[in-house]
Amino acid sequence: MADKVPFELVTPTRLLVSELVDMVVVPGGDGDFGVLPGHSPLLSTVRAGTVDLHDGGKITARFFVAGGFAEVTPERCTLLAEEAAPVAELTRADADQRLAAARKLGEAAKSDGEKQDAAAALAAAEAMLAAVQAHG
Amino acid sequence: MASLKDLRVRIASVKSTRKITSAMKMVAAAKLRRAQEAAEAGRPYAERMERMLTALTASLPTFQGAPVLLAGTGKDDTHLLVVVSADRGLCGGFNSNIVRETRRRILALRQQGKTVKLFFLGRKARDALRRQFSDAVVGGVENLTRNGVSFDAGREIAGKLRDMAHAGEFDVCTVIYNRFKSVISQEVTGQQLIPFPVPQKTEAQVAAEIAAGPKATYIMEPSEEEIIEALLPRNLSVQVFRALLESYASEQGARMSAMDNATRNAGDMLGKLTLVYNRTRQAMITKELIEIISGAEAI
Repeated sequence: MADKVPFELVTPTRLLVSELVDMVVVPGGDGDFGVLPGHSPLLSTVRAGTVDLHDGGKITARFFVAGGFAEVTPERCTLLAEEAAPVAELTRADADQRLAAARKLGEAAKSDGEKQDAAAALAAAEAMLAAVQAHG
Repeated sequence: MASLKDLRVRIASVKSTRKITSAMKMVAAAKLRRAQEAAEAGRPYAERMERMLTALTASLPTFQGAPVLLAGTGKDDTHLLVVVSADRGLCGGFNSNIVRETRRRILALRQQGKTVKLFFLGRKARDALRRQFSDAVVGGVENLTRNGVSFDAGREIAGKLRDMAHAGEFDVCTVIYNRFKSVISQEVTGQQLIPFPVPQKTEAQVAAEIAAGPKATYIMEPSEEEIIEALLPRNLSVQVFRALLESYASEQGARMSAMDNATRNAGDMLGKLTLVYNRTRQAMITKELIEIISGAEAI
């Protein structure tokens, strides 16, 4: 068993990250979880938040994800995100703008499906703001 | 016989047409390259999504009580056809192939006594079909591909389809689009989105699976139902997005080869016209000479 996890972060438009790391911390739907090599098979939803890659005892990269899914097997960890970006590339202004747009969407929503979408957008925007404030 | 001036005007107009078609060809080629890159980049996501979904559906014992997006309504009466076409013409048989296939499907379904509803992505198919099947049209989106295909567009459309599915407006949803085979050939494809087509296993495959022993079962977090609930709409977005990407790449490919043909035809025509023009010019010079000579002789 290798002592590193091959981690992949995939968005619909591209393969964002594919590298070997010591540990990944994923914001799961039921709480954050860390993935080390040899993790038991797991499928989990991912809520909006930040994904941390740990290597050599420190965090080497942080990514913002707007919700998605994680598939973990003993050999690898794959994260499917509808949207993802390195936290370092985000700005406060973007997050604020997004939050405003999400609130507007929430007010305009009528059907159940639209309300769900709006709630998801709001959660993503809030998570983005939190990520920027904490690490920006 | 056309006069020299007429011919000159004709030649000038064919020349400018050739300029336009060859420019359109260049543009289509550039867009095609970008579309192909986008399709390439989107592939890993779709593949992994499919892998997860297969793993999930394999672990579900039955479809009883499964969400609408997975199992459908259990009926087969109302069919929604999502027709993906281009917003603009001048791309050879691209739009008419889609229209022909859609018309065939509608008539076949109606023959079986089913209700058909139509949802158009792109203007051309709607323009061609809305008169004949005006009662079946339930909606459409235009100008999807003005600046390439964005995933947000796919997500938005998938959202609409999901709402319609939950409202019970249709039982089966199929998307019809041009699949990109190569630059010069596209294939009209119908793909069922709802209910989710679970690959049927053959007996041999089942036997092989039993022989291979139990598969590693996944821990599901928060729960199997919740994951499926969340995964299905996303899968729908991905499928719609993929259809849009394929269709866009096909459109550019079709336009490129159509414009290539047009440019070549214009070139041929120009050659012929120039020949006629020169012959006419020479005939006129000869005629004038004869007139002068015979005039001189008569003196």
